[in-house]
Amino acid sequence: MRHIISILIENESGALSRVAGLFSARGYNIESLTVAPTEDPSLSRMTLVTRGSDDIIEQITKQLNKLIDVVKLIDLADSDHIERELMMAKIKTTEQTREEIRSLAAIFRGSIIDVTPTTYVVEMTGPSSKLDAFIAAIDGDTIIEVVRSGPTGISRGEKGLHL
Amino acid sequence: MELNGAQIVIQSLKDEGVEFIFGYPGGAVLHLYDAIFQQDDVKHILVRHEQGATHAADGYARATGKPGVVLVTSGPGATNAVTGIATAYMDSIPMVIISGQVPSPVIGSDAFQEVDMVGITRPCVKHNFLVKDVTKLAETIKKAFYVATTGRPGPVVVDVPKDITDPRIKVPYKYPKKVSIRSYNPAVTGHKGQIKKAVDLLLTAQKPIIYSGGGVILGEASKELTEFAHTLGFPVTNTLMGLGAYPSTDKQFVGMLGMHGTYEANMAMHESDVIIAIGARFDDRVTGKLDEFCPHAQIIHIDVDPASISKTVKVAIPIVGQVKPVLEQMLELIRESKKKPSKKALENWWNQIDQWRAVKCLEYDRESRLIKPQYVIEQLYEVTKGEAYVTSDVGQHQMWAAQYYPFDKPRRWINSGGLGTMGFGLPAAIGVKLAFPDSDVACVTGDASIQMCIQELSTALQYKTPVKIINLNNSYMGMVRQWQEFSYESRYSHSYMDTIPEFVKLAEAYGHVGMRIDKPEEVRPALEEAFAMKDRTVFLDILTDRTENVYPMIESGKGHHDMTLRVAPGTSTDRELA
Repeated sequence: MRHIISILIENESGALSRVAGLFSARGYNIESLTVAPTEDPSLSRMTLVTRGSDDIIEQITKQLNKLIDVVKLIDLADSDHIERELMMAKIKTTEQTREEIRSLAAIFRGSIIDVTPTTYVVEMTGPSSKLDAFIAAIDGDTIIEVVRSGPTGISRGEKGLHL
Repeated sequence: MELNGAQIVIQSLKDEGVEFIFGYPGGAVLHLYDAIFQQDDVKHILVRHEQGATHAADGYARATGKPGVVLVTSGPGATNAVTGIATAYMDSIPMVIISGQVPSPVIGSDAFQEVDMVGITRPCVKHNFLVKDVTKLAETIKKAFYVATTGRPGPVVVDVPKDITDPRIKVPYKYPKKVSIRSYNPAVTGHKGQIKKAVDLLLTAQKPIIYSGGGVILGEASKELTEFAHTLGFPVTNTLMGLGAYPSTDKQFVGMLGMHGTYEANMAMHESDVIIAIGARFDDRVTGKLDEFCPHAQIIHIDVDPASISKTVKVAIPIVGQVKPVLEQMLELIRESKKKPSKKALENWWNQIDQWRAVKCLEYDRESRLIKPQYVIEQLYEVTKGEAYVTSDVGQHQMWAAQYYPFDKPRRWINSGGLGTMGFGLPAAIGVKLAFPDSDVACVTGDASIQMCIQELSTALQYKTPVKIINLNNSYMGMVRQWQEFSYESRYSHSYMDTIPEFVKLAEAYGHVGMRIDKPEEVRPALEEAFAMKDRTVFLDILTDRTENVYPMIESGKGHHDMTLRVAPGTSTDRELA
């Protein structure tokens, strides 16, 4: 099953490699990994998407917690949460397809943020599955480049991951 | 007080109460060695290879319970230390390794003797630090000791660039009494509800067994374990790492379990209905085939490391906490409880165990005209009255030492269990002897293992650490040969030692006493003579039966009940190898 693990980690050099190294050393897979500083500059927030059986996810969270730099973590799959991913897609256009791509982007609540005579860059955020659906709806031959941030997530309600 | 970085390192070690640093100098640590030269409080032990430094510090730590301290230079000094760091990591041994690094401004430029020590050691340390600011040096060292010695212990590396130890840069020094790390809060006591559940389960058990490991030794809980077992009347088995945590000569002890464990220990595990695992981690050498591991048992697991629990074997009642306080909590509940373990059930259980014991799985041919390695260990036990510190290398001799030297006290059996590092025994013995100069220290080794750190014989002379080296010489890498005999139709691919040195001359060349023993009747007198030479390191080169195998054995992929036993007791096992 797919899990989104959200980690508060010391904002120190080497912290990211400890997490990445743990996954490769123990043979766990990482589907995506995003990391950025938080409102507290001493902490980074890392969102990691992985897949595995319940036993493996349990081991992953325990092993992550064992890292000295990891301050706190939650498995967002355990509770109600919101997931968002940012995508930018560069698409080849022609006179005939420009209108269609514009309306498709509008349906998915995307916006066109760069225009040249032959291309559009569509920006879109949403759950990963929505971004997948947009890509599937576009003619694959027209895609020049797709950049995705990997998902980040936050739990619903008053509960939060903080010190 | 204002000190430079080099002085800060040494003063911090002194304030931490460190007795010995095991190390080897080099370019990146010259400032540190100059600071060592100018003081007498912390003694430096100069080894002959950095691997020896880590094993010696490790042996010291295992025997004393205090953290071992290592100092190596950058580059090759650091990489040579990695095997010893990984050895300590696998067995959860507290160590602090200070490695020199090239000066900060040239880090990353492939400078002379530069290696990314923090990167290289990341998977085999509990934590590591790169010091970037001399004003943080003392605090970092304190943190290193704190992390290394608390929770589940382990090695911590502090990588110190040369400019940080620059003698010209002085800063105010104060060694912190305490440090806290917001992301590191190891558990102490166990969850009360879980402990209650565990006690309830234990008191209803019909065929219980206590399976305890190295965590009991690390957690200084031997006394509590013994009391716990005696109160309940349950059988106890120890892992290789746990030997000595429970007295081996106690009647409730059924021996070591696992691949070369006793028949009674493994059968009792297999047939048990309740297992309490205490400071043990269900290592693959213990469990054998996981699908067949203890099929009837409900398992309680006490461990300070939550990641050890349900890692390979699912347990019914996990208890995260230090072994000692958890056992104390359990004992209190057991004493208060009106329920008592069923006498009738335990009597039946012990009768069954006695039948397994009657198989006498550790019997061997005592009439042999050859020296049996088991006999040597038994004689070693008698000559040292069971009181010696015994270190070992890795292989057959290690298993025989574990099987035939019944340890009654914790911290007496010192071996590389998890990583299985050949070359560990001799430097570890030197570390132990430094800590306990008045005790007998034996290094049980083999002709292959001893050659992996033999250069430390020179260290043993320099620091007058008169250890006794018991070399069970069968001109083979015995354990490799045994596996080749069992699993590869006796194709002994590169498991022989074609040109073994004359160990007696070698020992003499290093300034020690060498003895060669090739008849069974010479073994006892030679051991007595060696241990009587209190101030000399003695190398006993004992030519043993080349064909001897370690039994019992659970071959890989088999369960506890599927053991290979030696041929029937009383028959000769002398034979020629194909």
